[in-house]
Amino acid sequence: MKKLMLGNQAVARGLYEAGCRFVSSYPGTPSTEITEQAALYDEIYAEWAPNEKVAAESAVGASLAGARSFCAMKHVGFNVAADPLFTASYIGVNAGMVVCVADDPGMHSSQNEQDSRHYAIAAKLPMLEPSDSGECAAFVGEAYKISEAYDTPVVLRTCTRVAHSQSLVELHERDEKALKPYERNPQKYVAAPANAVKRHIEVEKRMLALSELAETTGLNREEMGDTAIGFVTSGTCYLYVKEAFPNASVFKLGLVNPLPVKRLRDFADKVDRLIVVEELDGIIERHLRMNGIRVDGGKDLFGLLGELSQNKIRAAMGEALPKFAAYDEAVPGRPPVMCPGCPHRGLFTVLSKLKLTVLGDIGCYTLGSGAPLNAVDSVLCMGASIGMAHGYTKMLGEEAAHKSVAVIGDSTFMHSGITGVVNLAYNKSIATVLVLDNSITGMTGHQQNPTTGLTLQNEPTYPIRIEDVCRAAGIERVRVVDPQDMAATEAAIKEELSADAPSVIIVRRPCQLLKYVKAKPPLAIDKDKCKGCRSCMKIGCPAIRFTDEGGDPEGMPSREATAASHSGGLRRGASKASIDPTICVGCGLCEQMCKFGAFIKPEEKEAR
Amino acid sequence: MSTTSIMIVGVGGQGTLLASKLLGNVLLGQGYDVKLSEVHGMSQRGGSVVTYVRYGDKVYSPIVDQGEADIILSFEILESARWISYLREGGMLLTNTQKTWPMPVITGAAAYPENIVEKLSAMADVTAVDALALAEQAGSAKAVNVVLIGVLSRRMDIPEEAWLKAIEETVPAKFLEMNKKAFELGRNAR
Repeated sequence: MKKLMLGNQAVARGLYEAGCRFVSSYPGTPSTEITEQAALYDEIYAEWAPNEKVAAESAVGASLAGARSFCAMKHVGFNVAADPLFTASYIGVNAGMVVCVADDPGMHSSQNEQDSRHYAIAAKLPMLEPSDSGECAAFVGEAYKISEAYDTPVVLRTCTRVAHSQSLVELHERDEKALKPYERNPQKYVAAPANAVKRHIEVEKRMLALSELAETTGLNREEMGDTAIGFVTSGTCYLYVKEAFPNASVFKLGLVNPLPVKRLRDFADKVDRLIVVEELDGIIERHLRMNGIRVDGGKDLFGLLGELSQNKIRAAMGEALPKFAAYDEAVPGRPPVMCPGCPHRGLFTVLSKLKLTVLGDIGCYTLGSGAPLNAVDSVLCMGASIGMAHGYTKMLGEEAAHKSVAVIGDSTFMHSGITGVVNLAYNKSIATVLVLDNSITGMTGHQQNPTTGLTLQNEPTYPIRIEDVCRAAGIERVRVVDPQDMAATEAAIKEELSADAPSVIIVRRPCQLLKYVKAKPPLAIDKDKCKGCRSCMKIGCPAIRFTDEGGDPEGMPSREATAASHSGGLRRGASKASIDPTICVGCGLCEQMCKFGAFIKPEEKEAR
Repeated sequence: MSTTSIMIVGVGGQGTLLASKLLGNVLLGQGYDVKLSEVHGMSQRGGSVVTYVRYGDKVYSPIVDQGEADIILSFEILESARWISYLREGGMLLTNTQKTWPMPVITGAAAYPENIVEKLSAMADVTAVDALALAEQAGSAKAVNVVLIGVLSRRMDIPEEAWLKAIEETVPAKFLEMNKKAFELGRNAR
């Protein structure tokens, strides 16, 4: 039976079919759905870990216990998990262990576009790279076989276009695996120097054996066609090559670490021009050149940046591109924004007003960096806000500390903010940290986390209180505010900024998109009271707009009005606020901004 | 048959993903090889969203490039202007006339272009439909996606029953009648 499946769903199917019993991950686009989908199989124990390091360690433990285990992460998550995984390479596995890492070339939702293949090389781990959903499911099974045959964790590398594309998957029965007995073996599992010295020899032997496998495995295949051009490629690039050059010869790599030598040399000998097509870094190309295999085109043609596509390949190869006509006028961008009713909006309006230096973090609240709030100074990685605020205030002193804050979400705080807070207390910082607790992991699409009181399966569990964690870490000034009350939020921030001690303000209100958060009726505008001052526009709510009083029938401001408001309000008052009732959730933040009482609640509207 | 490429474009929150899921199921039922590609995450927060749907005997690339789309089904008129370069010569643009302001227009940093439908009509074969009005007529503004699927269905060589079956399998039972009505209104829109 064949089914249309998302790449991530297919990875989960592959886990089920391969008899995997244990999955632990931290959510991260584009890897998140694997773990959510795996949790739907009763045979698999699946959980959200607080971060990728804990997830990877848990998977190593489950493997030691004799269960086929798994963890998924986005590319930057591998940085967090790298510590256990580099040494897991030395101690090997008991039952098979697979780690999926999802790269994001083009940075659809990431802070960098690092190429995870470097990790496989550096950690000396075999890496498989599927091209579509069918291969996602099949390669998981192959990965477990390699893991157990070669005593090593195996990395499965996807990218956004594989993880978030749907294609057909052939479904198979589950191959149930009994727990493999755990046998005590400190020489193998205790990575102390004396043992690790010997294990390193095993690692190098293993890599040699895997190089042999690369020469024979069906994961790598040669598709001979027209021999004028031969492409060496893998993953999603294979599909782009086949799309652009359906008749060319292709060497498709499924095992991308270690790479074969002999087979690639044979292939190179059979074609006139050898072209390497890979996104991001030139890893296959370097391998070929290092082994003295001729390369006629690679990174010089395709570059190091972003995603490739069939047209990019056509263009680089000098082929004609399909004709098209572009719109001949500037089309305004449509960047993602905080949703109507987003609890972060009130806080960022206050931060913007106070003109603070905001050391930001990873999550929906990164959107506070966009216009018109423009309230974020830096975003680095998960948890960095707190460490950066510490270094920043240590160097610039009290005055800077009174004008800067770290901003971090609840899930990110649990992921890697806690050690930052410990450092604040330990090293006598006076930094102020705002923990934005919206009761969910938001940006990745609503995953539970240790503060929400629910597991991945939505079963009740111990809800860790951020305030308790901060107090236990040595922070004495801990308080909670509701960002919907902007005056109270502002007062609390001012007070904590002026304190000569580290402080944490928990800015708490659940995400508006949570099912239990009910929308209120939309507000309306009293056109007589609206003075057109645009104060309400400072909050950056997509439901509020300014329409020309002259009255475009579709409510669009005229070019003149737009130009006037843009150039500082030559026609101040000429246009007035209006509310899009289809998206307004009645949060009332705009009402707090208005000095003229122009925003009316539905009941007031009826009373009039 | 060679591969056919359809793009579904719109604004995060408009229900483009359900439309692509529905279309994917219809095509699968017709025995085609099908690939769908979408981007999750950041783009859902009111940003510009695009889904690629490709089908035929054997589909390779999951994405559609400039000048390659046979049909663009657009949920918002500014998005039609944004993505029109992806339409192939002789391709069809099926667009909702609904306007949703992006943040740069809301803040006054940019103007929402005027007369987009007229300009696009001079560039390509355009069918413009007020899908929001039809959805409201069917009973819910949220049915814009099913109205537009109806518009698309008229331009594809697939029996109506196949579309209705896919709708039955995709939408919750209590909204089925409303969605069927939305589909018919879209299918019969001129």
